[in-house]
Amino acid sequence: MDFKGRAHILGDDINTDYIIASKYRSMGLDFKGMAKHLLEDFDPKIAGSIRKGDFLVAGRNFGCGSSREFAPRVIQEAGISAILALSYARIFYRNALNIGLYLLECNTKGIESGDLIEIDLKCWMARDLTQNLSIPITPVPSFMIQILNDGGLVPHFKKWGEFHIIEGDSL
Amino acid sequence: MGKTISEKILTLHSAKEAKASYLVLAEVDLLMGHDWNTPLTIQVLKEMGVENIFDPKKAIFVVDHAVPSPNERISAMQKETEDFARRQGVFLYLSGQGICHQLLPEQGHVLPGMVVVGCDSHTTTYGALNAFAVGVGSTDLAAALASGQIWLKVPQTIKVNLRGRLPQGVCAKDLILDIIRRVTAEGANYMALEFSGDGVAHLSMDGRLTISNMSVEMGAKAALFETDSKTREWLSKRTSRDFEAISPDPDAQYAWVWEWNLSAIVPQVAMPHNVDNAVPVSEIAGTRIHQGILGTCTNGRLEDLRAAAQILRGKKIFPDFRLIVVPASRQVLIEALREGILEILLQSGAVVIPPGCGPCHGASNGVPRDGENIISTANRNFKGRMGNNKASIYLASPATVAASALEGKIVDPRQYLE
Repeated sequence: MDFKGRAHILGDDINTDYIIASKYRSMGLDFKGMAKHLLEDFDPKIAGSIRKGDFLVAGRNFGCGSSREFAPRVIQEAGISAILALSYARIFYRNALNIGLYLLECNTKGIESGDLIEIDLKCWMARDLTQNLSIPITPVPSFMIQILNDGGLVPHFKKWGEFHIIEGDSL
Repeated sequence: MGKTISEKILTLHSAKEAKASYLVLAEVDLLMGHDWNTPLTIQVLKEMGVENIFDPKKAIFVVDHAVPSPNERISAMQKETEDFARRQGVFLYLSGQGICHQLLPEQGHVLPGMVVVGCDSHTTTYGALNAFAVGVGSTDLAAALASGQIWLKVPQTIKVNLRGRLPQGVCAKDLILDIIRRVTAEGANYMALEFSGDGVAHLSMDGRLTISNMSVEMGAKAALFETDSKTREWLSKRTSRDFEAISPDPDAQYAWVWEWNLSAIVPQVAMPHNVDNAVPVSEIAGTRIHQGILGTCTNGRLEDLRAAAQILRGKKIFPDFRLIVVPASRQVLIEALREGILEILLQSGAVVIPPGCGPCHGASNGVPRDGENIISTANRNFKGRMGNNKASIYLASPATVAASALEGKIVDPRQYLE
């Protein structure tokens, strides 16, 4: 799967409270409705500017804080195709993997707001077409690729009937 | 080659040997879900086509995130959580009994050597009881409920050597804030922590729970203590079940070893809007504060309320200051009542609300007003965390919150303890 879209630049330590505030939990499981409030406490203008296929581009420790799975689900519902960041917090990483949202680890420092980005997952490369930059992406371990390719953990479980992973693999 | 506590526990729960960076499929001893995240888990189980969970006796659900319910939508979520638990035979703690991270240890559910998976980031709390306890999201909880297993990358371990003793007026909260500010919000990302050294013996179980609770604020996957005489005494009052204490091998491999001198720690305050933005209290003493939160899963235990009462005894909080007390559980509330702590807090002008998570994440009971500064014993101070992004949150110990309540500004609590 390959992606192409515009970059929305965020900083370091973007926490899940910023991604979607706990007060919107009263909206139940209406992730589409919650997407209007994506990153509201961080920057109220972001949600309205996202177009389908765009990328969130961040620094270190993206998704730190609460375990709320609404965070990646709301990002996905908002139309974001993948996130590019220097590093991710672990619970957010698992939550995104489980719903089939691609989190790509790469050096995001040269990317600027509005840049057109293309992702080539065969070569593990992000290309900033606006600035003519090629940025290597850290390859994702194979069993995670399996879960992502299956479309998340639910389709993965339905397909294999269990966790289809090989114990003892080094990550 | 020797093993860390995490490697030993995960080896005992997996078909293969668990060494740092290996992938394992671990058997889970205890699963926790709460009203905020479990409704999504229930939906995911439906999507998976799972009708009955793997072993209901291993699961506990807690209704704690906004109690009593503030609106009809949350009432519906809580009903859904409770109905599912009753249908499946899952043990249930109802609204008002307490916060999950207090109830599971307090009521004797967590034992040393266990693998615990909780649908909440602060599940690391149970590491204080020598358990490998890790936080996950709703889909991971669903998969673990369905299969009894979880895939884990065996974490590398950081050994944290604690030396000496905390001075008078300095709490476990100050120690963990000091650690987080020095190593940053991702200083332990994907890693397990092992707290060790002669300083551990001087830390109470309440204090250890505070430290393990907040370790996730530096990204830790698990935050473990060894079992010692204090752990055994604490557990003996709560459970008669047998357990096997897990210690690291003398030649265990650590990614890093951090040294901390407890006697040099001073009261800390995490400034807005990040937990690692902490400074010694002297650097921001005098900052105007409008509301205080004393309690939560971080600092709502008896020792915490006692520390605040020691400062508030016979005094009144600052005029127009709001001090909200949220005990971690009903049992803590009852013990505080018996000890006379509750009367001291109420006489000082505090408002006591039911045990639960409400004010910490802006769900109920204590949303700040625009432009206000809040001082809280909770674990997060992100902008908007308490439900209003025009307020600023400072994090501190129970003693610092109590002293600040008296003056309506940030105060070093040690001046009230001389």
